[in-house]
Amino acid sequence: MAELNILEAIRSAMDEEMERDDRVMVLGEDVGRKGGVFGATEGLWTKYGDKRVLDTPLTEGMIAGAAMGAAVYGLRPIAEMQFADFVYPAFNQIVSEISRIHYRSNGTFTVPLVIRMPYGGGVHGALYHSQSNEGYFASTVGLKVLAPGTPADAKGLLKAAIRDPDPVMFFEHKKTYRLFKAEVPDGDTVVPIGKAQVAREGKHLSIFCYGFMRTCALEAAETLAREDGVEAEVVDLRTLRPLDTATVLGSVRKTGKALVVHEANRFGGFGAEVAATIAEKAFEHLDGPVTRLAGPEVPGVPYHHALEEWFMIDPARIVAAARALAAY
Amino acid sequence: MTETKTTTRPRHHDLGLSDEDVLAMYRAMLLARAVDERMWLMQRAGKIAFIISGQGHEGAQVATSWPMRRGQDWMAPFYRSIASTMTFGMSAEDIITAHLAKSDDVSSGGRQMPGHYGGARFNIVSLSSPVGTQVLHAVGIAMGAWVRGDDVVAMTQFGEGTANQGEVHEAMNFAGVHRLPVIFVCENNGYAISVPLERQVAGGSVSARGAGYGMPGIDVDGGDVLACFAAAREAHERARRGEGPTLIEAHVVRLTSHSSDDDQRRYRDPAEVDALKERDPIPRFANELRASGVLSDEREEQLRAEVKAEVNEASKRAEARPDPDAHDAHERVYAEPIPGGGTAEPMAPIPGEAR
Repeated sequence: MAELNILEAIRSAMDEEMERDDRVMVLGEDVGRKGGVFGATEGLWTKYGDKRVLDTPLTEGMIAGAAMGAAVYGLRPIAEMQFADFVYPAFNQIVSEISRIHYRSNGTFTVPLVIRMPYGGGVHGALYHSQSNEGYFASTVGLKVLAPGTPADAKGLLKAAIRDPDPVMFFEHKKTYRLFKAEVPDGDTVVPIGKAQVAREGKHLSIFCYGFMRTCALEAAETLAREDGVEAEVVDLRTLRPLDTATVLGSVRKTGKALVVHEANRFGGFGAEVAATIAEKAFEHLDGPVTRLAGPEVPGVPYHHALEEWFMIDPARIVAAARALAAY
Repeated sequence: MTETKTTTRPRHHDLGLSDEDVLAMYRAMLLARAVDERMWLMQRAGKIAFIISGQGHEGAQVATSWPMRRGQDWMAPFYRSIASTMTFGMSAEDIITAHLAKSDDVSSGGRQMPGHYGGARFNIVSLSSPVGTQVLHAVGIAMGAWVRGDDVVAMTQFGEGTANQGEVHEAMNFAGVHRLPVIFVCENNGYAISVPLERQVAGGSVSARGAGYGMPGIDVDGGDVLACFAAAREAHERARRGEGPTLIEAHVVRLTSHSSDDDQRRYRDPAEVDALKERDPIPRFANELRASGVLSDEREEQLRAEVKAEVNEASKRAEARPDPDAHDAHERVYAEPIPGGGTAEPMAPIPGEAR
């Protein structure tokens, strides 16, 4: 077992898949000689050359659209959006084209591609380098949407995404890139898409989270156990679409209480889907209101550290929300 | 009309095309037109909900698609590409079946509106409705071929209105940067639905933009079939030589309204509309072929009879095909099926059936 951080895990997944399958290529802004603005593709350009690790112009629509063309042609492109905040010029290609061509062609075309996007705040990135926009894509039929929170999941899920025949949006919380190291299984370990993980067992309430919120929720759960004697079950969704409804409902049936946590704003966010699923399908098991803890209703993460701290979800806020729910 | 014997060498011989080649091109134009006209009749008869026509574009489409190698090269068409997609392998029956939205329509199995061509078996990328998206797909295919070192050329077609889309500029710029093997064919018919060229294209020329993207911009009379062929063949050869993309702007006429939901007499001068027929590429090419001694009255009659029979047969067969079944509407959302289809939800009820 190697100890890797999430960034290293992502790099290692791409390297191994490019080595294994010469149809895999990387394209995006500064992904070549520089190795990406976060270093995710470092070393790949030297190893695989400037066609398979391709620096593109600053044109996100082109990155997504050309990746789709290449995928239709038979390659397995990994497209990098430098920041999730910059994906909107590519929205047309992703939502109108990439997600729909399989259905609209009656299953005759497939687009096996991955779009990697660093997302999330807490890094002083302000409104345009901090967005959590996974909800737009999770609500789009035809896409698969992943948001890992550990190095092992980042590597295993990215490998699964690259091999998947369908288009995958791969959300990497940039604050987690170098946050911690953890063991990553050696060898060719793939984490299946569509499976949530119970990151911590508990019996009093369930906390549903993904990405960076997994780290925050686990820390909150420690505090709740130590200070309150509340055993929170932490469920890391890992895949937002298709949602692992069975694991979500199984946890709620056990604990009777559900707290859904994400950094994106609350209104119409992904948490609403999780909450509605629980309300519809586990109503008789509920012993308290399905609760959401989400980012505030402002258009983006504001810059100054006092403002950013106000915005971010942290373990203390999860503890507070969980206490209120546990006491219900 | 009697056959005219010429003393000069026909243009098509200079282009390396045989007499049979140019007759085949002419026949392809006639067939595309006949399919198009038949679909308007079917639309008027209530059998087809909507038609968006390629009438007036056939010369440019057949000619620019002619150098493309079936089964090897790729095409990302647009909604007027009836003649292009037929030249590239789709049959009259395929086109009519798609318009009737039958279950075994090769483009979409009845899922898409008429005019949204595609077919994996033909290397024709499935088309959507927001204009210009397909231009990036052609560039992506060319990128894929370039990365792999494959001998493949991608072609895409679009109108002059679409030429203004940001994605089209992104596509041309990227293709220019890496000298990708792609041919951009802009079929300029002067109108983007109702808005004329001068309100769409600053400077008035799409081909002039090629220079800005490091590629030749070829301006060609879209009613001159052989000129279009020459431009496309040169572009195809350039692409195969690794010299990069070419932008061809073919000036064509839109003989019909934008679509069956439009009436161009509301925004075009009736005299202008009437004069369009004089620029119809089909009689023009016929005259050229007669002048060069290739097309006789007998041959013309024979071709038209063949085409009519082919369209009759295609229509009959297409109409007899089964309609799609709503039980199938939940399928093929993902290549790797997710239980329950696109979501974990059960399929929506079908009207008229008990839940």
